[in-house]
Amino acid sequence: MEIEILHAKSGKQITRLDHVDNYSTVLDLKKWIYKQFPRYYPARQSLRLEPKGRNLSDEETVRSLDLRVGDRKLYLRDLGPQIGWKTVFLCEYAGPIFAYLLFYLRPAFIYGVTKTKTHPVVHIAFACWTFHYVKRVLETQFVHRFSHGTMPIRNIFKNCTYYWGFAAFVAYYINHPLYTPPAYGDLQVYPALAGFVINELGNLSIHLAFMNMRPPGTKTRSIPYPTGNPFTSLFSLVSCPNYTYEVGSWVCFTVMTQCFPALLFTIAGFYQMTLWAIGKHRNYLKEFSNYPRSRKPIIPFLL
Amino acid sequence: MAAGGKAGPKSPSKPRAVPGPGPLAHGWLVLYNIVLTAGWIAVLYVYIVHVLNNPSPPEVYSGIYDSVEVVLKVFQSLALLEIVHAALGIVPSNVLLTAFQVFSRVFLLWGVAHPFKEAQTSLGMSLCIAAWTITEIIRYSFYTFALLKMKPYVLQWCRYTFFIVLYPIGVSGELLAIYSALTPAAEQKAFSLEMPNPLNFSFYYHYFLVGGMLTYIPVFPQLYFHMVRQRRKIIGGVTKVVKKE
Repeated sequence: MEIEILHAKSGKQITRLDHVDNYSTVLDLKKWIYKQFPRYYPARQSLRLEPKGRNLSDEETVRSLDLRVGDRKLYLRDLGPQIGWKTVFLCEYAGPIFAYLLFYLRPAFIYGVTKTKTHPVVHIAFACWTFHYVKRVLETQFVHRFSHGTMPIRNIFKNCTYYWGFAAFVAYYINHPLYTPPAYGDLQVYPALAGFVINELGNLSIHLAFMNMRPPGTKTRSIPYPTGNPFTSLFSLVSCPNYTYEVGSWVCFTVMTQCFPALLFTIAGFYQMTLWAIGKHRNYLKEFSNYPRSRKPIIPFLL
Repeated sequence: MAAGGKAGPKSPSKPRAVPGPGPLAHGWLVLYNIVLTAGWIAVLYVYIVHVLNNPSPPEVYSGIYDSVEVVLKVFQSLALLEIVHAALGIVPSNVLLTAFQVFSRVFLLWGVAHPFKEAQTSLGMSLCIAAWTITEIIRYSFYTFALLKMKPYVLQWCRYTFFIVLYPIGVSGELLAIYSALTPAAEQKAFSLEMPNPLNFSFYYHYFLVGGMLTYIPVFPQLYFHMVRQRRKIIGGVTKVVKKE
């Protein structure tokens, strides 16, 4: 059969695809379009049934689209230059590692020549921060199974500004020669450190659980349930325990370092993750009629 | 920025999404707008009296703030209520936009003028107060009539024409006033926090003021040209004067 491809914005015909059969997928269509228009690689294309309709997923078949004979047309929207999620994540997470390291070394061009001793918590904070971001890089490389391959290229500027900017903001003060250690000393630092470690392990456990729920190369979604790992029991209470643990890590980091910029970073992260958690929670509820109603998006019983 | 103020709440470019205020809210809004119109007319009165009594520079401008201070503070601060109006939905304005505009005025008044004598007596201060006063008298009287279902074309014309001159004057005044506050802010270390401290944070108010001045660069053109576009839409070079409603 033949399918017409129209421009979503102007309605004008871009091309006609022939030799299409019922078992061709949306991705196949995108590849054929790409052959004719080398600029429009598949990741950049959004095909839909209506100009402003829902984006059709790559796996859907022509048959499932149920196009009427004589009126077989799809609308193509250009999503703009795309960049891979993995690429963006690696870039975002590498920055904070190097930025924090820079300030940790107390370069003279930032702090002037200084001879003050550093309190142990400054070294611990460096270790925690670096561990957190190295963990993220490793997870990006080996654990996460992304639903989308790409995102618009402008996101990389926005995201890197956020991560790198906050890294410099927090690192500048903790590594400052005039840094004031926590008011309650060891009584504040070590329990907070323990909390940090627990939350990092929790976050990692959730990421591994998600990985195991999704066969490699697929985009399967299923209701998450607690596994053998006790950290995953948080699934009974929230949809996104990975975010819960992440907020927990940063709260502990803030308490451990007693640093107001770290608090601001924690609040910003909490705000963003809450928005994401609410979105994911709603998607779960929409997709699964048997989704446990007692669960909250991010904070057990509350939010 | 704050000076134009007309790219503000109840800008006609926003179609009413809410059904409008109930009778109680309506009555309150009419009262509010009448009171504020009267308040800014009072500011204008004190301003003119001062100028007539002190015609020579520098007193003609350096003493303005001192004369209008109380009336100005009362009626400019009352504008904070407009954020509440937007939040409650009794006016069709965007809460964030309203908050931004009101806070920028309130900040200039309480964060720049109030703490620093150098800003109070600056030429800039007298300029921006003049711009604010004219703008607000037109704006609040316009809203009052609109609430009473009258839209005198004269006021609408003034609202969408005066800004052409008032907005740049007001912005220049604000920038000059902030500039005058920079040196005293740095010398006094006003509102600033230095290391070391238990929060492990630092804040330098004079850099904050400089940052504020820099934000005028992207923001002012956007607000100004928004008003220009509004003008074209609403009274757009039309020679026929059509009195509607």
